[in-house]
Parts: sequence; C-alpha cells; structure tokens
Amino acid sequence: MAKGIKDKVAILGMGCSKFGEHWDKGTEDLMSEAFEEALTDAGIGRDQIDAAWYGSALDNVNVGNSAIPASTALRLDGIPVTRLENMCATGTEALRGAAYAVASGAVDIALAIGAEKLKDTGYGGLPAPFKGTFNDLWLPLGSAPAGFAQLAAGYRSRYGTSKEDLKKAIAHVSWKSHVNGVHSPKAHFRKEVPMDTILNAPMIADPLGIFDCSGVSDGSACAIVTTPEIARSLGKTDLVTIKAIQLSISSGVESTMAGWDGSYVRNTRNAAKRAYQEAGITNPREQISLAEVHDCFSITELVTMEDLGISEDGGAVKDYLDGFYDRDGKVPCQIDGGLKCFGHPIAASGLRMAYENYSQLLGRAGPRQLPSPSLGLSHNLGGVPYLGIAAISILGLL
Amino acid sequence: MTDYGITAYGAYVPRLRLERASIAAAHKWMAPSLRGLGKGERAFCSWDEDAITMAVEAARDALGDKSREGIDALTLASTTLPYADLQNSVIAIGALALGGGVSGTDIAGSQRAGLSGLARALDAAGADQLFLTSDRLRAKPASTLEMAYGAGAAAFRLGSEKVIARKLGGATVAAQFIDHFRSANHAHDYFWEERWVRDEGYAKIVPEAAKAALAKAGISAADLSVMIMASPLKGSAEMIARKIGFGGRIADSLNDQVGYAGTAHPLLMLAGELEQAKAGDRILVLAFGQGAEALVLEVTDAIDDFRPRRGLSGAIADKVSTSDYLRMLSFYDELDAEWGMRSEKSGKAALTTLYREADQLSAFVAGKCRTCETVQFPQLAYCVNPECKAPASQFAPEPLSDQPASVLTFTGDWLSYYPAPPLYVGFVQFDIGARLLMEIVDVGSEGLEVGTPLRMAYRIKEPDKVRGFNRYFWKATPLATGA
Repeated sequence: MAKGIKDKVAILGMGCSKFGEHWDKGTEDLMSEAFEEALTDAGIGRDQIDAAWYGSALDNVNVGNSAIPASTALRLDGIPVTRLENMCATGTEALRGAAYAVASGAVDIALAIGAEKLKDTGYGGLPAPFKGTFNDLWLPLGSAPAGFAQLAAGYRSRYGTSKEDLKKAIAHVSWKSHVNGVHSPKAHFRKEVPMDTILNAPMIADPLGIFDCSGVSDGSACAIVTTPEIARSLGKTDLVTIKAIQLSISSGVESTMAGWDGSYVRNTRNAAKRAYQEAGITNPREQISLAEVHDCFSITELVTMEDLGISEDGGAVKDYLDGFYDRDGKVPCQIDGGLKCFGHPIAASGLRMAYENYSQLLGRAGPRQLPSPSLGLSHNLGGVPYLGIAAISILGLL
Repeated sequence: MTDYGITAYGAYVPRLRLERASIAAAHKWMAPSLRGLGKGERAFCSWDEDAITMAVEAARDALGDKSREGIDALTLASTTLPYADLQNSVIAIGALALGGGVSGTDIAGSQRAGLSGLARALDAAGADQLFLTSDRLRAKPASTLEMAYGAGAAAFRLGSEKVIARKLGGATVAAQFIDHFRSANHAHDYFWEERWVRDEGYAKIVPEAAKAALAKAGISAADLSVMIMASPLKGSAEMIARKIGFGGRIADSLNDQVGYAGTAHPLLMLAGELEQAKAGDRILVLAFGQGAEALVLEVTDAIDDFRPRRGLSGAIADKVSTSDYLRMLSFYDELDAEWGMRSEKSGKAALTTLYREADQLSAFVAGKCRTCETVQFPQLAYCVNPECKAPASQFAPEPLSDQPASVLTFTGDWLSYYPAPPLYVGFVQFDIGARLLMEIVDVGSEGLEVGTPLRMAYRIKEPDKVRGFNRYFWKATPLATGA
C-alpha cells in the first residue's frame, strides 16, 4: 500500500449546523451556518479557499444536482467546486477529496462541505431510491432498516445469541447514545430515553424498533483543510491532522456468492484494515480514544465495533452490556449522541462525526469533553451491509 | 393413427385462503343473507399474482423436471388476462424458458374458453404443446359471486408420447344466452337472476352439448366414470347429471377450499380428477358460457407413470388461511387504502433494459463461470469471485427457478411501501452457490428462520399502476406452510 496522507493535511477549521427539523431553513441556510463557523474557526476569508468539494446524497429531494447549489449558496466564485455523492459516505468523501487536493499540492486551502435537507419530503424516513433501470427490475425495494435488520438474523445465527440478549444489547446501544446526546446542543434529540421504552417500541423491521433507528433530520457540516505548515503560518498551534481516510465498496461478493454469513460488514473490515495501516494503528481497542460510528441502526453500531476490531468477533454484546462504549467506558462511542441523536442528513453526517472528533481532540467539547483523547475514529456505512460503502477517517493530534 | 392427448397435467391455487364467514360477517349489516354462503374457504390471489403468474405456476407443476425441449406452442386461456394488447402467453413462454421458437396464443371471451380451448388443442394432433388456463376473478363486495369466486390455474401438456388421457369426443353449442357479462371497460360482472340461469340456461344448453359429445364418443352416460361440471351455481352439476341420465360420481366442485376459478375451473377440476384416475376411466368435462362445451376423455394405462410436482391436492393443502377480509379487498383493488407517500414512487420500467436482460429477468437465469464455477445472479460483465473476475462472455446459463434454496438472512420490513406488509426480504442462498436478495412471499404465521427451505415463484415484481404495466420477476416462498 502507498504511504498515504497521514499528517500531511491539517484541519484549519470546522463548522456544524444545528441538526434537526429545520422547517424554516433551506439547504443554503444550513450550509452557510456550518460554513461561517468554519471560516471563523479557521481565521480566513472565503476568498482564501482554492477549491471545494460539496457532498449531497439525495439531489431529488434536496437542491438538485451538480456543485452549483453550493457555489451559489456560499458564493464560491471562480474556483473549482466538485459535487459528489457516495450514499452515507458522502460527507467523508468530501473530506477525502479536499484532503487529497491539499496533500497533492494542487491547492493550499480546500473546503469540504456536506449538506442534506431531508424534511422537505412530506414524511419521515428516507425516500425509496432509484437503483438503476436493471436493478429496479429485480432487487426488492426494502427500506434501509430492512437492509440492516438482516444483520441481526445473521449475527444470531453465527454466534447462537438469543433474540432477547441481542435485543438487550442493541437497546443499550441506543440508550447510551440518548444519554450522551443530552450534552450536545447541536443534536436533534436531547432527551434520555428509558430502556423499557426502547425495548417496547413499535417494530420497524424485525428486530429493530423505532428507537433502534436513527432520526431523520436536516443539517450541514464542513471542514477547511490545509497543510500543517500553512496552518502554522496562519497562527495555529494545536494541530489536528488527518491520520487516515479509507473506503471500501462492495464488488458484489457478499450479495452474489456464498461465503458472507450476514453477521458482519465486509466493507468496514476492509476499510478499517486500510485505515489502520495508513494511520499506523496496530491495536485499535487500546489506541482509539473515541469512535463516532455509523449508528444508522443499533444493530449496525454493534456489528461495526467488531468490524473495527475494537470488540472481538462475537464480543460486542458483552462489551455493550459491560458499558465498554459508554461515555465513561474504555472507548466512548457516539459521545455526541451519534446519528441516533443528531439524525442522519446523509451527506452531512461524515463531516459531523469528524467535527466531534476534532472538537474532542482540541478540548472544546464542553460537558461532553473526554479526558485527553488522542485519536478519534469516524465511520460511515452507505447502502446496505451487503452492498455498500464503508468510509473511515481517523483524526489525531499532530 | 398416432395417439394424441394429454401427456402431463398440473394445477395451481394461490396459497392465500379467506374464510368465507369473514366476508359474510363484514356484510351482515346490509346483506345478512350471505351468511348461508359463509362456509369453507376461498382462494384469493396475493397482490402480486395474476392470470399469468398462476398459469406459469400450474405449468411448472405439470412440467416438473422433464425436458421442455420439443414444446412448440403455448396457449393461455383466461378472462382476466392482464394485457389487452401485449401477448400474455409470450410472457409465460419467457418465464418457462421455452425459447423463441414457441408460438404463443391467448384465448379468452367466456368462462368456457378454457375447456373450449383445450378441446380445440386436442384436435391439433402432432403438436407438442402446453395448454394453460388461469383466472383471477373480481367480484363486487357483498355480491354472492364474492362468496363463490376463487382463483386458480391448470396446465396440460399435449403430445403423442405417453398419452395419459385422450379425447373420445366433444361438442360445442353456441347460444345467445347471457347469464352474466363483463365489458372490456368494467371491473365487475353483471349477472342475471340465478333461477333463470339455472333453469333456462344450464338445464337446457349444457345437456345438449353433453349428449352430443357422448354420441360423438360413441358411449352412453352410464359408461362415464365421473362428470365434471364447473359452475358457481350450487346444484347445477347434479341437475345436469339427471338431465343426461348420469347416476355416477360427480366431481367435487372445490367450493369448500378454492372457490370457482372462472374459465380455469373445469380444467382445475380435471387436473384434480386425473390425480386419482385409473386406466380406462372416462371423464366428461362440461363448461357453460354463451353456450356450452362438452369433452369426453379416456384415461390410458400411462396414467400411473405420471405425477405432477404436487398436483391440485398439494396446491390445496399448501395454504395460509386468514380471516382478514380487507386484505383480499385491498389486493383486488376494491379498497383504496392510504398507503402513504412512499407508495408514490414511480414504477416505470425501462422496456429497453427489460429486453436486454430478458433471460435473466424472465427465466431467472444465473451465470455459471466456466473458469471458477461460481454461479451468480445477476450476471454482470465479470465473474464476481474476487479470485477470478473472468469475463461474463464465458458464463454458462444456470436457471435458478427450480433450484433448492433456503433463508440466509431475513427481516420483516414495516417501513417500506408494500401492499402486503410486512415486506419479508432477505438473502436467499441456493444450494448451487448463487445467492441474492429476494422478496419472500406468502409467509405464514410461523414466519421465517435462517435455514427455512424456499422455492421460487414467478410473480409481479412491481405494478406500474399509472401506465398499466407489470414488471414480473421471481420471488421466494417457504417450501411448505405449516398450516
């Protein structure tokens, strides 16, 4: 593998809008909210940005395709702006685009911004996607929870976990995120939810009840990146750098040929291997200070912690029930409340997760602040477990 | 003269059955007299079944694992064909993987079209052909027809080798007698007084055809082993038997388990009778509709050498019973329920793609990589095996429709728009190695488990109600229900 971009790119500034049901705001307003915070944090003016990567996933319910909605909303005049979409990995992809541009020397300062407006659809949840003229002719039109819920059947079958034990562990996943979310002023949901309510909630896709599902909200997050040298020249002293950004995308192996047993996400394992190599991480359970992972559904988070090698295979149920991932556990997971409390405006989520890691690393997380974290991992999972995209970014202090 | 006749038979009845008492109970406030009809169960189609899908299933029951080579014609008889201008039988030809050399013909027009069509087909000596008949009848809520009607399909292969039943004689009567009708633009039948239909129609027209058929066969009613008279009117078979002087066995109407399956019904009953027939039996089959059709068949010694996959008895036994009357109404477009905005998704199909991928989509043909032997669906440009990645040009076709399979993962999805919630979706693992995400339909109250054995069923994948077009594809269904 190539040497990668470890420590070649520093975060100059970040911003994150309030996430929620913003009936009074359009995508442009959400973008500008995150953008202005990032500019202030970076201490630069918009004209110092050389290039931008704009992520939006669902253009048909959002502001339309191309980069034009971002360049007009933020008045990015006369510079290259790229729009990209890679499902739920879109935000992390935007960061990767900007980071690679800086690392290559093509630009000095680049912007990554992700924004999604999901509440202009008229209903909760995500719209059924168009899957292509061929796939639409044969693939079942299951919802996102239906795709991820199948992990539960695969997991139980592999490890012989009882329905009740798994339900209890995934309920703990959601319960601890709601506990954490109380301290996140930008989160959509900021209330603790009693365990009984989680366990007895109406079923969405067996065994996932409504509290096993992340919320649906509007939001935007962004990052301004540059080289560590330029960051220092602009007066920054405590630098957060990118240790790794890696992705893995399905090639059809899990969904087309025998082998995958439904109990794990192959892409996360592949992306983690690549990211740990790039970042030089050898023992994630010991080295990772905090994780912001793709808890679109509680079962996803549980399985992800095994896929990331933080829990042993088959060990996540025990780790969750032992509080290993609670705010006072060894590796706090979703210290800001995660997708569970922020909701999941698709293209914003990856950058929102990076924003929390960045804030924690710089000691700016207020009541959520963890004692001296050094490495923060964020993880996105696009598509479905068997046909999707895993993206991992690792930030750390230089 | 070369022998010619029926060489195989099969049947299909939808797995879903509605307790008639639930229909009567729902209409008690305005039609309390229906209570008397509220006995037994009637079959009803799931939202994704129509005359074509049922016909395909009946054909698969008849064809079994025998070679389909040599079949040169397929006829589909139904009064409820989904398309007015799109050869319905050709869709069945695709699903059954019969190949481009097979001629497809649709016949329709009355509830005797099935029997009349079979009688004409039996005159086409020499041809190796499939004759399918299928009906998915709609009835207005609270009508007696709603109690009487059911759904089903029958299939017959005709040929010259190992004939199990041959035609001894037949006759048709055409009459300007309209017991009921349904115009091309109407969803429901309009029908006249039952007493008139029975006494002036059935009692006079059917015996005329029956007697003429017996005369042509050169036998008398006393020589018959069984008489099949399909009718939604109770007692009509017994009355006709008396009129033609037949004192023998009258075939069961299937009213208690299936209901009346329209133009398919006489042949569904015939398929049931053939399951228990013995050499030398003579069967009179009768059907009514703008006249009458009568067909006399003689069973041969070869009857013992043929069994359908599961036959009518197997299809009847494989059921999921419900008392959810509204479920049937919804499936038959009699209830315009609120399905939410998710149901607004466009169902428009790209006809170009449909044609390019016709083999994969119609006959469920996977590709077997000749380099690494991985069986894969869908077939894309390269082998999916990461150790292989050989080009698809060297794949061998591997149809999955009859391959054993089981549940690998599953869930019941209550969020997606789906006309029969929950949408059971999961990975289906085929014993030969292929796997894909599929809809799993007609799941009984026992639900699914990892490892539940599955069989494949040809269904409507998604209807495009705006444009009136169905995409068809294969779905999985539990091999047998626990009912």
